[in-house]
Amino acid sequence: MATKSLKKRESELANAQRQLELLSNGIFADGELPTFADKIKGVGHFPLRPNKLEILQINVGYMCNQVCEHCHVDAGPDRKEIMTRETMQQCLEVIRNTGAHTLDLTGGAPEMNPDFRWFVEEAAKAGIKDFIVRSNLTIIRANKKYYDLPDFFKKHNIHVVSSMPHWTRGKTDKQRGDGVFDKSIKALQELNDRGYGMPDSSLRLDLVYNPSGAFLPGDQASMEKDFKKALMEDFGIQFHNLFAITNLPISRFLDYLIASDNYEDYMYQLVEAFNPAAVANVMCTNTLSISWDGYLYDCDFNQMLGLPVNSKVKHISEYNEDLLQNRNIVISQHCYGCTAGAGSSCQGTVA
Amino acid sequence: MANAYYDPADLRKFGKITEWSEELGTKFFDYYGKVFEEGALSAREKSLIALAVSHVVKCPYCIDAYTKDGLQRGITKEEMMEAVHAGAAIESGATLVHGVQMMNKYNKLSM
Repeated sequence: MATKSLKKRESELANAQRQLELLSNGIFADGELPTFADKIKGVGHFPLRPNKLEILQINVGYMCNQVCEHCHVDAGPDRKEIMTRETMQQCLEVIRNTGAHTLDLTGGAPEMNPDFRWFVEEAAKAGIKDFIVRSNLTIIRANKKYYDLPDFFKKHNIHVVSSMPHWTRGKTDKQRGDGVFDKSIKALQELNDRGYGMPDSSLRLDLVYNPSGAFLPGDQASMEKDFKKALMEDFGIQFHNLFAITNLPISRFLDYLIASDNYEDYMYQLVEAFNPAAVANVMCTNTLSISWDGYLYDCDFNQMLGLPVNSKVKHISEYNEDLLQNRNIVISQHCYGCTAGAGSSCQGTVA
Repeated sequence: MANAYYDPADLRKFGKITEWSEELGTKFFDYYGKVFEEGALSAREKSLIALAVSHVVKCPYCIDAYTKDGLQRGITKEEMMEAVHAGAAIESGATLVHGVQMMNKYNKLSM
């Protein structure tokens, strides 16, 4: 289990440019597999264009208390990139004027940003309809200063979306670190105690499932059934929906694929599972991603690959929704991760 | 031409058998797909049966395919190993039940 980010380890793959080269070389350069651009040309979706903007996803920093094996952010305790209050203020200005109805806070562990609570309180005043925080759960038990997070979430009616790779301890700890499973269970029970995840509760608690290895997620509905049954029987835990998310071949997951000699097979799987119906609804068609330093991206993955939006507007300080909507979405081979099978997004399947 | 009988990369090419006999290949893959759909048995149960049979018929491609299929379905390694034992038990049972034939023959031939 890694305890340091790729960046801290000075890994070659900490370099976004190197990742993009890998994703364009080999099987894609010699024509063994079609590039993503060619593939979507074949189904009439090139260039990929945004639909109505619905979700603003803000990454408030790459610092995290965990170092998950599959993390596409390469997050960890050693990452110091944190959104400042000044950039948050620029985001708030946008939140007040946007047509988007959902605000999605992610990281890292977003709660570790020292201005996290201030930002949530201010953003709540701006009247966003659905307010998501992507919490890794263990942060709630990581330090006394976070113990009251469930109450804070409840106070602001925050929709909590949490990662839970499996309902068994072994698989969870292997992907996310020793002790993560027990802490996550405790955190879920605390959220349930506040009413989160209970049937008919307006306090939304959804779980995210990522495969813990070089395979694609199974059927979301049947996984949800299995998770619900196991978490209820073993721990009395309830939640609303399970989002099955495909691991995209970037950052630490790409590093794992290469080191375990699974890269080519995985890319074959993604390309073979390409689903034209998923292309129409990929996340980048209704979401904008904002980085800790205020730059704008088509999605969190493009953010990590250093691929900013293809628009005159590049930064939150010059935000212009009309101009931004009139752009072509930036793509590469990692995008196959969002169009495989039933499709994949931060809200689960899309087809 | 590979210098080994089995190449893991050949599994990806399975679909190509249709190129040399389109009608039969297509019928086979249609049938195959239909078999593994949800039915009186769940797709999950069928995946475990397929894994057990893969071992009994000693098909390395099938073992790769249904181990991955099981992982995708959230099937645990304990469930997978039990399925393999179920297959192995039938296979060894099939050998051992012939022991009765041996006993019969032995008794017939003995005074």
